[in-house]
Amino acid sequence: MHAKKLIILSVLLALACIAFMTLGAKGSWSFLLVFRGTKLLALLLVSVSISVATLLFQTISGNRILTPSIMGFDALYLLVQTLLVFMLGGFTYVALDGQIKFLAEVGVMLLAAVLLFSTVMGKGRQDLHRMVLVGIIFGVLFRSLTGFLQRIIDPNDFAILQGASFAQFSSVDKDLLGLSILLVSVCCLIIWRLRYSLDVIALGRSNAINLGVNYERASFAVLVLVATLVSVSTALVGPVAFFGLLVTSLAHFIMNTHRHSILLPASILIAALILVSGQTVFERILKSQSTLSVTVEFFGGLLFLLLLFRGKMR
Amino acid sequence: MIEINGVSHSYGKSKILQNISLSIKESGITALIGPNGAGKSTLLSLMTRLQPLQTGSISFDGQSVSQTPTRELAKTLAILRQDNALSSRMSLRDLVGFGRYPHHKGRPTAKDHRAVDEALDYFDLQTMSDRFIDEVSGGQKQRALVAMAFCQETKYLLLDEPLNNLDMYYARSLMKRLREIADTGKRSFVIVLHDINYAGAYANEIIALKDGTLAIHGTPQDVLETKALQTLYSMEIKVTQHQGQLVALHHL
Repeated sequence: MHAKKLIILSVLLALACIAFMTLGAKGSWSFLLVFRGTKLLALLLVSVSISVATLLFQTISGNRILTPSIMGFDALYLLVQTLLVFMLGGFTYVALDGQIKFLAEVGVMLLAAVLLFSTVMGKGRQDLHRMVLVGIIFGVLFRSLTGFLQRIIDPNDFAILQGASFAQFSSVDKDLLGLSILLVSVCCLIIWRLRYSLDVIALGRSNAINLGVNYERASFAVLVLVATLVSVSTALVGPVAFFGLLVTSLAHFIMNTHRHSILLPASILIAALILVSGQTVFERILKSQSTLSVTVEFFGGLLFLLLLFRGKMR
Repeated sequence: MIEINGVSHSYGKSKILQNISLSIKESGITALIGPNGAGKSTLLSLMTRLQPLQTGSISFDGQSVSQTPTRELAKTLAILRQDNALSSRMSLRDLVGFGRYPHHKGRPTAKDHRAVDEALDYFDLQTMSDRFIDEVSGGQKQRALVAMAFCQETKYLLLDEPLNNLDMYYARSLMKRLREIADTGKRSFVIVLHDINYAGAYANEIIALKDGTLAIHGTPQDVLETKALQTLYSMEIKVTQHQGQLVALHHL
């Protein structure tokens, strides 16, 4: 039954990809293939990183309401980016190789995420309210620090920063694609190998230890993986608050299982399906009169409120 | 044989356990009793590596809890805890099946499925094995958790108040099952119990803690005795005998 659902999702995704590549295609194919192809690749990459990061985060924190973005992970990434421009100065920042910059940002992000979140991560199971509060406070803190730095920064540096951090679904940062593919693949490979331990970790700390999983090491690894994946998606398309929540909730709803070997591919497929088909509709049919991210965030936000009010999805 | 040597534990300034040393024999049921806050659960969580040891040492058949890899220990000892906030959507069969994880690491074989079926049968769960854990009562979930610990097939099982949430029928039948298993001589239980009559009726040995220290370590006859209970619980408890069975009238 699960396999059948996964196949249906894959077929739908393939159709969406074909529609994205061919609908309203005018002009030379050699140009279109590269132009739309890179965009499609970026969308797929973002789908993978957001959905997997959210699913992992929910497993380790033991609830289905929190996501890395709600906890302020992507705000942290933007802060790291701003901080780098602030410390190095705009010209040095621009002169640096894009990929090295990206790696440096991911590195600093990992360090900061481990320092800040390792103490609160495992506690979500016991105290959801505290986790939500920590997330809101961290998010506001990171965003206001970013805002503060951007205010006192040199205007030239600010322009550079805007260019660096203002990514969207419709204008993906293409220079980082190669490196992102590498990072995401490595993360996914590690996560796929951890899939059975993740099932056990979802049972909570004491059950996981009882069943012989090194919980402390595993949750540290998951934190590092989540931070990396969030860095990739934020670098490519900027912060997305509720998309991950929407995707994992749909995956849980459709698959109705606890097994990560099914939930992981399912949420990736659902995320890609929403992004690719949504982007097709918004770009080709609605002629970019509205943006996908706003719509996705709207429905994701509604879902978040619904889950919070029902308070059942623990 | 479980050996506990000079174990002390404190949270901040409050001392929970002070210099506990004892050894628990193989096979049989050992009951861990004591008033609230005596340190029973803390001792159990130290024994099962859920908390790191601060001082002292604990070993199971010579396997030190702090030095043996956790995946090895998962084949030697299993624990059932009081708090189980399970969030995943899974059936009782899936939950019980997790008990086999230390053996199959995620790829169950026919032998594992058989063990799960046996455990479901043994704890009267076969008829509801496909129900989801958020659809069953607290008592049914509790029995599934016991079944999960059971099919982990470890030599030592440590249960923290397994009778929680169980009605009289299932509480008694669970203790009888545990007694049966213990009598085969293959497995040993350490059980935190609140009802001293259960401890008296089913345990081979009773360990009583009070204020973080070892108060009594002896047979049920040593513990089910007015003076011993008086010092342990600071209240007067009459003990009577009914058909050769010591009964503490703690509710009167």
